[in-house]
Amino acid sequence: MKILTVNFLTCAVKACKSSPLSFPLHFQDAELEQSDIEYNAAFLRNILPRVDWEALKITANELGFTTVPIEKPDLTPTSTATDKNPVRLPINTSEPQATDEKTMRDLHTLLLETEVREGKMVCGNCGHEYKIKEGIANFLLPSHLV
Amino acid sequence: MSRPEDTLPPDLFYNDAESRKYTTSSRIQNVQVEMTNRALSLLHLQTPSLILDIGCGSGLSGEILSSVAPSSGGPHIWTGMDISASMLEIALQRDVEGDLLLADIGQGVPFRAGTFDAAISISAVQWLCNAESSDTSPQGRLARFFGGLYASLKRGGRAVCQFYPKNESQRSMVSAAAIRAGFGAGILEDGGGTKGAKVYLVLSVGGGLLRGLWRGWRGWMLRRGVGEACKGRGGRRLGGKGGSSGF
Ligand SMILES: C[S@@+](CC[C@H](N)C(=O)[O-])C[C@H]1O[C@@H](n2cnc3c(N)ncnc32)[C@H](O)[C@@H]1O
Ligand SMILES: [Zn+2]
Repeated sequence: MKILTVNFLTCAVKACKSSPLSFPLHFQDAELEQSDIEYNAAFLRNILPRVDWEALKITANELGFTTVPIEKPDLTPTSTATDKNPVRLPINTSEPQATDEKTMRDLHTLLLETEVREGKMVCGNCGHEYKIKEGIANFLLPSHLV
Repeated sequence: MSRPEDTLPPDLFYNDAESRKYTTSSRIQNVQVEMTNRALSLLHLQTPSLILDIGCGSGLSGEILSSVAPSSGGPHIWTGMDISASMLEIALQRDVEGDLLLADIGQGVPFRAGTFDAAISISAVQWLCNAESSDTSPQGRLARFFGGLYASLKRGGRAVCQFYPKNESQRSMVSAAAIRAGFGAGILEDGGGTKGAKVYLVLSVGGGLLRGLWRGWRGWMLRRGVGEACKGRGGRRLGGKGGSSGF
Protein backbone atom coordinates (compact mmCIF):
# COMPACT_ATOMS: atom_id res chain seq x y z
CA MET A 1 0.00 0.00 0.00
CA LYS A 2 1.57 3.22 -1.21
CA ILE A 3 1.61 6.32 0.98
CA LEU A 4 -0.08 8.09 -1.93
CA THR A 5 -3.07 5.73 -1.73
CA VAL A 6 -3.37 6.22 2.02
CA ASN A 7 -3.72 9.94 1.39
CA PHE A 8 -7.00 9.24 -0.44
CA LEU A 9 -8.51 6.38 1.58
CA THR A 10 -11.30 7.09 4.05
CA CYS A 11 -13.18 4.94 6.49
CA ALA A 12 -15.77 2.86 4.61
CA VAL A 13 -18.23 2.67 7.50
CA LYS A 14 -21.46 4.44 6.57
CA ALA A 15 -21.73 6.40 9.79
CA CYS A 16 -18.23 7.85 9.21
CA LYS A 17 -18.90 9.38 5.80
CA SER A 18 -19.66 12.79 7.24
CA SER A 19 -17.09 12.81 10.03
CA PRO A 20 -13.85 14.77 9.54
CA LEU A 21 -12.23 12.36 12.02
CA SER A 22 -12.48 9.49 9.54
CA PHE A 23 -9.63 10.89 7.44
CA PRO A 24 -6.76 10.18 7.34
CA LEU A 25 -6.78 6.66 8.70
CA HIS A 26 -4.14 6.16 11.40
CA PHE A 27 -1.36 3.62 11.24
CA GLN A 28 -0.56 1.06 13.88
CA ASP A 29 2.23 -1.51 13.83
CA ALA A 30 3.19 -0.58 10.29
CA GLU A 31 6.03 -2.38 8.56
CA LEU A 32 7.46 -0.52 5.60
CA GLU A 33 9.15 -1.59 2.44
CA GLN A 34 10.84 0.38 -0.30
CA SER A 35 9.85 -0.48 -3.86
CA ASP A 36 11.12 0.66 -7.20
CA ILE A 37 8.80 2.66 -9.40
CA GLU A 38 9.88 4.67 -12.39
CA TYR A 39 10.10 8.38 -11.65
CA ASN A 40 7.23 10.18 -13.36
CA ALA A 41 7.34 13.96 -13.05
CA ALA A 42 4.19 14.47 -15.11
CA PHE A 43 2.23 12.22 -12.78
CA LEU A 44 3.51 14.07 -9.70
CA ARG A 45 2.52 17.41 -11.15
CA ASN A 46 -0.91 16.02 -11.93
CA ILE A 47 -1.53 14.50 -8.52
CA LEU A 48 0.10 16.98 -6.17
CA PRO A 49 -2.76 19.51 -6.15
CA ARG A 50 -5.02 16.68 -4.89
CA VAL A 51 -2.70 15.53 -2.11
CA ASP A 52 -4.01 16.56 1.31
CA TRP A 53 -0.83 17.97 2.81
CA GLU A 54 -1.98 18.06 6.43
CA ALA A 55 -3.03 14.41 6.19
CA LEU A 56 0.28 13.50 4.57
CA LYS A 57 2.17 15.08 7.46
CA ILE A 58 0.10 13.11 9.97
CA THR A 59 0.74 9.86 8.08
CA ALA A 60 4.45 10.54 7.65
CA ASN A 61 4.75 11.34 11.32
CA GLU A 62 3.02 8.10 12.32
CA LEU A 63 5.39 6.15 10.10
CA GLY A 64 8.45 7.92 11.45
CA PHE A 65 9.33 10.18 8.53
CA THR A 66 10.43 13.62 9.58
CA THR A 67 11.38 15.06 6.23
CA VAL A 68 8.02 16.16 4.84
CA PRO A 69 8.11 19.92 4.15
CA ILE A 70 5.76 22.04 6.30
CA GLU A 71 4.10 23.48 3.21
CA LYS A 72 3.05 21.70 0.07
CA PRO A 73 5.76 22.46 -2.50
CA ASP A 74 4.65 24.63 -5.36
CA LEU A 75 5.78 22.68 -8.37
CA THR A 76 5.11 25.44 -10.84
CA PRO A 77 7.57 28.19 -9.75
CA THR A 78 9.94 27.79 -12.66
CA SER A 79 7.27 28.29 -15.24
CA THR A 80 5.88 31.31 -13.37
CA ALA A 81 9.35 32.78 -13.06
CA THR A 82 10.06 32.34 -16.74
CA ASP A 83 6.70 33.79 -17.73
CA LYS A 84 7.28 36.86 -15.62
CA ASN A 85 10.92 37.20 -16.32
CA PRO A 86 11.84 35.69 -19.63
CA VAL A 87 14.99 37.74 -20.04
CA ARG A 88 16.66 36.55 -16.87
CA LEU A 89 15.79 32.97 -17.56
CA PRO A 90 19.28 31.47 -17.63
CA ILE A 91 20.34 32.96 -14.29
CA ASN A 92 17.04 32.65 -12.50
CA THR A 93 15.94 29.15 -13.28
CA SER A 94 19.03 27.11 -12.70
CA GLU A 95 18.80 27.00 -8.94
CA PRO A 96 15.03 26.67 -8.46
CA GLN A 97 15.04 23.91 -11.03
CA ALA A 98 17.60 21.98 -9.07
CA THR A 99 15.53 22.40 -5.90
CA ASP A 100 12.37 21.39 -7.72
CA GLU A 101 14.01 18.30 -9.03
CA LYS A 102 15.17 17.28 -5.57
CA THR A 103 11.77 18.00 -4.01
CA MET A 104 10.07 16.03 -6.74
CA ARG A 105 12.37 13.04 -6.34
CA ASP A 106 11.82 13.06 -2.58
CA LEU A 107 8.07 13.18 -3.08
CA HIS A 108 8.26 10.34 -5.56
CA THR A 109 10.14 8.23 -3.04
CA LEU A 110 7.71 9.00 -0.24
CA LEU A 111 4.41 8.84 -2.11
CA LEU A 112 5.03 6.09 -4.64
CA GLU A 113 7.97 3.99 -3.52
CA THR A 114 7.32 3.75 0.20
CA GLU A 115 4.86 0.97 0.93
CA VAL A 116 3.22 -0.40 4.02
CA ARG A 117 3.52 -4.20 3.87
CA GLU A 118 1.95 -5.19 7.18
CA GLY A 119 0.03 -3.45 9.95
CA LYS A 120 -3.32 -1.77 10.25
CA MET A 121 -5.09 1.49 9.61
CA VAL A 122 -7.55 2.69 12.20
CA CYS A 123 -10.45 5.11 11.81
CA GLY A 124 -10.22 8.09 14.14
CA ASN A 125 -14.01 8.26 14.36
CA CYS A 126 -15.34 4.71 14.80
CA GLY A 127 -12.14 2.84 15.60
CA HIS A 128 -12.65 0.28 12.82
CA GLU A 129 -9.37 -1.45 11.95
CA TYR A 130 -8.36 -2.11 8.37
CA LYS A 131 -5.70 -4.80 8.36
CA ILE A 132 -2.90 -4.76 5.84
CA LYS A 133 -1.35 -8.06 4.79
CA GLU A 134 1.32 -8.38 2.13
CA GLY A 135 0.52 -4.80 1.19
CA ILE A 136 -3.18 -5.47 0.63
CA ALA A 137 -5.60 -3.57 2.85
CA ASN A 138 -8.80 -5.36 3.80
CA PHE A 139 -11.80 -3.05 3.34
CA LEU A 140 -14.49 -5.73 3.52
CA LEU A 141 -17.09 -4.63 6.03
CA PRO A 142 -19.54 -6.69 8.04
CA SER A 143 -22.93 -5.91 6.51
CA HIS A 144 -24.28 -3.99 9.52
CA LEU A 145 -21.60 -1.31 9.01
CA VAL A 146 -22.27 -0.77 5.29
CA MET B 1 -23.45 -22.56 -20.80
CA SER B 2 -24.33 -21.23 -17.38
CA ARG B 3 -23.02 -17.85 -16.32
CA PRO B 4 -20.56 -17.98 -13.42
CA GLU B 5 -22.53 -15.13 -11.83
CA ASP B 6 -25.51 -17.47 -11.53
CA THR B 7 -23.60 -20.21 -9.79
CA LEU B 8 -21.69 -18.69 -6.86
CA PRO B 9 -20.82 -15.33 -5.26
CA PRO B 10 -17.63 -13.86 -6.80
CA ASP B 11 -15.33 -14.45 -3.83
CA LEU B 12 -16.25 -18.15 -3.87
CA PHE B 13 -16.27 -18.53 -7.64
CA TYR B 14 -12.80 -16.99 -7.95
CA ASN B 15 -11.07 -19.37 -5.57
CA ASP B 16 -7.41 -20.35 -5.92
CA ALA B 17 -7.96 -22.86 -8.70
CA GLU B 18 -10.34 -20.74 -10.77
CA SER B 19 -8.20 -17.59 -10.35
CA ARG B 20 -5.15 -19.43 -11.60
CA LYS B 21 -7.03 -20.96 -14.50
CA TYR B 22 -8.44 -17.55 -15.40
CA THR B 23 -5.13 -15.73 -15.26
CA THR B 24 -3.07 -18.26 -17.18
CA SER B 25 -5.51 -18.77 -20.05
CA SER B 26 -4.00 -17.06 -23.08
CA ARG B 27 -7.45 -16.72 -24.63
CA ILE B 28 -8.70 -14.81 -21.59
CA GLN B 29 -5.52 -12.74 -21.41
CA ASN B 30 -5.98 -11.62 -25.01
CA VAL B 31 -9.61 -10.69 -24.58
CA GLN B 32 -8.97 -8.76 -21.35
CA VAL B 33 -6.06 -6.86 -22.89
CA GLU B 34 -8.12 -5.93 -25.91
CA MET B 35 -11.04 -4.70 -23.83
CA THR B 36 -8.78 -2.77 -21.48
CA ASN B 37 -7.17 -0.99 -24.41
CA ARG B 38 -10.59 -0.17 -25.76
CA ALA B 39 -11.69 1.21 -22.39
CA LEU B 40 -8.49 3.21 -22.12
CA SER B 41 -9.00 4.75 -25.54
CA LEU B 42 -12.50 5.82 -24.46
CA LEU B 43 -11.04 7.61 -21.43
CA HIS B 44 -8.95 9.93 -23.62
CA LEU B 45 -6.31 10.50 -20.98
CA GLN B 46 -3.68 13.04 -21.99
CA THR B 47 -1.33 12.84 -18.99
CA PRO B 48 -0.19 10.23 -16.49
CA SER B 49 -3.25 9.76 -14.29
CA LEU B 50 -4.47 8.17 -11.09
CA ILE B 51 -6.90 5.42 -12.09
CA LEU B 52 -9.21 3.14 -10.13
CA ASP B 53 -9.48 -0.42 -11.49
CA ILE B 54 -12.80 -1.83 -10.27
CA GLY B 55 -12.77 -5.61 -9.94
CA CYS B 56 -9.08 -5.63 -10.86
CA GLY B 57 -8.68 -9.37 -10.30
CA SER B 58 -5.17 -10.64 -10.90
CA GLY B 59 -4.15 -7.43 -12.65
CA LEU B 60 -4.62 -8.34 -16.33
CA SER B 61 -6.42 -5.04 -16.88
CA GLY B 62 -4.33 -2.93 -14.49
CA GLU B 63 -0.96 -3.80 -15.89
CA ILE B 64 -2.01 -2.31 -19.22
CA LEU B 65 -2.42 1.00 -17.39
CA SER B 66 1.13 0.81 -16.03
CA SER B 67 2.55 0.12 -19.45
CA VAL B 68 1.09 3.04 -21.43
CA ALA B 69 4.01 4.86 -23.07
CA PRO B 70 4.75 8.53 -22.28
CA SER B 71 4.02 9.36 -25.91
CA SER B 72 0.47 8.07 -25.32
CA GLY B 73 -0.01 10.00 -22.07
CA GLY B 74 1.17 7.32 -19.62
CA PRO B 75 2.27 5.51 -17.65
CA HIS B 76 -0.64 5.67 -15.21
CA ILE B 77 -0.73 4.82 -11.53
CA TRP B 78 -3.63 2.62 -10.49
CA THR B 79 -5.37 1.24 -7.45
CA GLY B 80 -7.39 -1.92 -7.76
CA MET B 81 -10.36 -3.16 -5.75
CA ASP B 82 -11.39 -6.80 -5.76
CA ILE B 83 -13.48 -9.08 -3.57
CA SER B 84 -11.48 -12.24 -4.30
CA ALA B 85 -8.44 -12.77 -2.09
CA SER B 86 -7.26 -15.51 -4.46
CA MET B 87 -7.27 -13.16 -7.44
CA LEU B 88 -5.34 -10.54 -5.47
CA GLU B 89 -2.85 -13.15 -4.31
CA ILE B 90 -2.08 -13.93 -7.94
CA ALA B 91 -1.75 -10.23 -8.67
CA LEU B 92 0.88 -10.11 -5.90
CA GLN B 93 2.72 -13.07 -7.36
CA ARG B 94 2.68 -11.38 -10.74
CA ASP B 95 4.20 -8.32 -9.11
CA VAL B 96 1.79 -5.76 -10.56
CA GLU B 97 2.54 -2.11 -9.89
CA GLY B 98 -0.90 -1.04 -8.71
CA ASP B 99 -2.05 -0.94 -5.11
CA LEU B 100 -4.61 -3.58 -4.19
CA LEU B 101 -7.60 -3.41 -1.87
CA LEU B 102 -9.61 -6.42 -0.77
CA ALA B 103 -13.03 -4.82 -1.03
CA ASP B 104 -16.59 -5.32 -2.20
CA ILE B 105 -17.57 -2.60 -4.65
CA GLY B 106 -21.21 -3.25 -3.71
CA GLN B 107 -20.33 -1.74 -0.32
CA GLY B 108 -19.09 1.51 -1.86
CA VAL B 109 -15.79 3.08 -2.90
CA PRO B 110 -13.78 4.16 0.16
CA PHE B 111 -11.88 7.12 -1.25
CA ARG B 112 -12.31 10.77 -0.54
CA ALA B 113 -14.13 13.00 -3.01
CA GLY B 114 -12.35 13.81 -6.25
CA THR B 115 -9.53 11.28 -5.83
CA PHE B 116 -9.30 9.71 -9.29
CA ASP B 117 -8.76 11.11 -12.75
CA ALA B 118 -10.54 8.11 -14.19
CA ALA B 119 -11.76 4.58 -13.53
CA ILE B 120 -12.02 1.39 -15.52
CA SER B 121 -13.82 -1.82 -14.83
CA ILE B 122 -13.30 -4.82 -17.06
CA SER B 123 -15.75 -7.74 -16.82
CA ALA B 124 -16.80 -7.16 -13.21
CA VAL B 125 -19.92 -5.02 -12.81
CA GLN B 126 -22.36 -7.75 -13.88
CA TRP B 127 -21.52 -9.50 -10.61
CA LEU B 128 -23.42 -6.76 -8.75
CA CYS B 129 -26.63 -7.94 -10.37
CA ASN B 130 -26.51 -11.20 -8.44
CA ALA B 131 -26.89 -10.37 -4.80
CA GLU B 132 -29.75 -11.99 -3.07
CA SER B 133 -29.67 -11.97 0.68
CA SER B 134 -31.79 -10.55 3.43
CA ASP B 135 -29.75 -7.36 3.83
CA THR B 136 -28.72 -6.59 0.24
CA SER B 137 -30.34 -6.23 -3.15
CA PRO B 138 -28.74 -5.73 -6.57
CA GLN B 139 -30.32 -2.26 -6.69
CA GLY B 140 -28.90 -1.31 -3.30
CA ARG B 141 -25.44 -2.55 -4.19
CA LEU B 142 -25.45 -0.88 -7.61
CA ALA B 143 -26.52 2.38 -5.95
CA ARG B 144 -23.72 2.23 -3.40
CA PHE B 145 -21.17 1.34 -6.05
CA PHE B 146 -22.08 4.05 -8.55
CA GLY B 147 -22.65 6.62 -5.80
CA GLY B 148 -19.22 5.93 -4.36
CA LEU B 149 -17.58 5.87 -7.78
CA TYR B 150 -19.17 9.18 -8.73
CA ALA B 151 -17.90 10.87 -5.59
CA SER B 152 -14.41 9.41 -5.90
CA LEU B 153 -13.85 10.81 -9.41
CA LYS B 154 -12.69 14.35 -9.96
CA ARG B 155 -14.89 16.76 -11.90
CA GLY B 156 -14.63 16.05 -15.59
CA GLY B 157 -13.42 12.55 -14.74
CA ARG B 158 -14.55 9.55 -16.74
CA ALA B 159 -15.16 5.91 -16.09
CA VAL B 160 -15.55 3.06 -18.56
CA CYS B 161 -17.13 -0.16 -17.35
CA GLN B 162 -17.09 -3.10 -19.73
CA PHE B 163 -19.55 -5.67 -18.45
CA TYR B 164 -21.57 -8.69 -19.50
CA PRO B 165 -25.25 -8.01 -18.95
CA LYS B 166 -27.25 -11.21 -18.85
CA ASN B 167 -30.14 -9.61 -20.71
CA GLU B 168 -31.74 -6.31 -21.64
CA SER B 169 -33.11 -5.75 -18.17
CA GLN B 170 -29.71 -6.11 -16.47
CA ARG B 171 -28.26 -3.73 -18.97
CA SER B 172 -30.86 -1.09 -18.20
CA MET B 173 -30.70 -1.73 -14.47
CA VAL B 174 -26.95 -1.04 -14.49
CA SER B 175 -27.09 2.07 -16.67
CA ALA B 176 -30.08 3.43 -14.76
CA ALA B 177 -28.15 3.06 -11.50
CA ALA B 178 -25.20 4.99 -12.97
CA ILE B 179 -27.45 7.79 -14.18
CA ARG B 180 -29.23 7.97 -10.84
CA ALA B 181 -25.82 8.46 -9.18
CA GLY B 182 -25.33 11.58 -11.30
CA PHE B 183 -23.26 10.33 -14.21
CA GLY B 184 -23.67 11.35 -17.81
CA ALA B 185 -23.82 7.92 -19.38
CA GLY B 186 -23.79 6.16 -22.70
CA ILE B 187 -23.55 2.57 -23.83
CA LEU B 188 -21.22 1.49 -26.58
CA GLU B 189 -21.40 -1.97 -28.04
CA ASP B 190 -18.69 -3.61 -30.11
CA GLY B 191 -19.71 -6.57 -32.20
CA GLY B 192 -23.34 -6.27 -31.14
CA GLY B 193 -25.53 -9.24 -31.94
CA THR B 194 -22.56 -11.56 -32.20
CA LYS B 195 -21.34 -14.06 -29.65
CA GLY B 196 -18.35 -11.88 -28.82
CA ALA B 197 -20.40 -8.70 -28.22
CA LYS B 198 -18.79 -6.33 -25.74
CA VAL B 199 -20.76 -3.71 -23.85
CA TYR B 200 -19.04 -0.59 -22.51
CA LEU B 201 -20.81 1.77 -20.16
CA VAL B 202 -19.10 5.14 -20.62
CA LEU B 203 -19.61 7.55 -17.73
CA SER B 204 -18.64 11.12 -17.05
CA VAL B 205 -18.79 13.40 -14.04
CA GLY B 206 -20.14 16.70 -15.29
CA GLY B 207 -22.00 15.56 -18.42
CA GLY B 208 -20.84 18.31 -20.73
CA LEU B 209 -17.74 16.49 -21.74
CA LEU B 210 -19.61 13.63 -23.25
CA ARG B 211 -21.26 15.73 -25.91
CA GLY B 212 -18.11 16.10 -27.96
CA LEU B 213 -17.29 12.49 -27.42
CA TRP B 214 -20.59 11.29 -28.82
CA ARG B 215 -20.27 13.26 -31.99
CA GLY B 216 -17.80 10.88 -33.55
CA TRP B 217 -19.82 7.86 -32.60
CA ARG B 218 -22.26 6.28 -34.95
CA GLY B 219 -25.58 5.18 -33.66
CA TRP B 220 -25.00 4.27 -30.09
CA MET B 221 -27.62 4.43 -27.53
CA LEU B 222 -27.28 7.71 -25.75
CA ARG B 223 -28.70 8.28 -22.34
CA ARG B 224 -28.55 11.56 -20.61
CA GLY B 225 -30.32 12.52 -17.43
CA VAL B 226 -33.06 10.16 -16.48
CA GLY B 227 -34.63 10.03 -19.89
CA GLU B 228 -33.21 8.10 -22.74
CA ALA B 229 -32.53 9.39 -26.21
CA CYS B 230 -31.65 7.16 -29.10
CA LYS B 231 -29.19 8.69 -31.46
CA GLY B 232 -30.30 7.25 -34.75
CA ARG B 233 -32.92 4.57 -34.43
CA GLY B 234 -30.91 2.03 -36.35
CA GLY B 235 -28.07 2.67 -33.94
CA ARG B 236 -27.95 -0.66 -32.28
CA ARG B 237 -27.85 -2.41 -35.63
CA LEU B 238 -25.15 -0.13 -36.95
CA GLY B 239 -22.92 -0.95 -34.02
CA GLY B 240 -23.75 -4.57 -34.67
CA LYS B 241 -22.42 -6.85 -37.33
CA GLY B 242 -19.89 -4.35 -38.56
CA GLY B 243 -18.04 -4.78 -35.30
CA SER B 244 -16.28 -1.89 -33.67
CA SER B 245 -16.98 1.58 -34.94
CA GLY B 246 -13.71 3.04 -33.73
CA PHE B 247 -12.81 6.68 -33.94
C1 LIG C 1 -13.60 -11.60 -14.99
S1 LIG C 1 -12.70 -10.99 -13.62
C2 LIG C 1 -11.88 -9.57 -14.33
C3 LIG C 1 -10.60 -9.19 -13.64
C4 LIG C 1 -9.79 -8.11 -14.34
N1 LIG C 1 -10.52 -6.87 -14.42
C5 LIG C 1 -9.38 -8.57 -15.71
O1 LIG C 1 -9.72 -7.89 -16.69
O2 LIG C 1 -8.74 -9.59 -15.82
C6 LIG C 1 -13.95 -10.28 -12.61
C7 LIG C 1 -13.45 -9.81 -11.27
O3 LIG C 1 -14.47 -9.06 -10.61
C8 LIG C 1 -14.35 -9.31 -9.23
N2 LIG C 1 -15.60 -8.94 -8.54
C9 LIG C 1 -16.81 -9.49 -8.70
N3 LIG C 1 -17.69 -8.92 -7.84
C10 LIG C 1 -17.00 -8.01 -7.12
C11 LIG C 1 -17.36 -7.12 -6.07
N4 LIG C 1 -18.60 -7.08 -5.58
N5 LIG C 1 -16.39 -6.32 -5.54
C12 LIG C 1 -15.13 -6.36 -6.04
N6 LIG C 1 -14.74 -7.19 -7.03
C13 LIG C 1 -15.67 -8.01 -7.57
C14 LIG C 1 -14.05 -10.79 -9.17
O4 LIG C 1 -13.50 -11.16 -7.93
C15 LIG C 1 -13.07 -10.94 -10.33
O5 LIG C 1 -11.73 -10.80 -9.94
ZN1 LIG D 1 -14.90 4.91 10.78
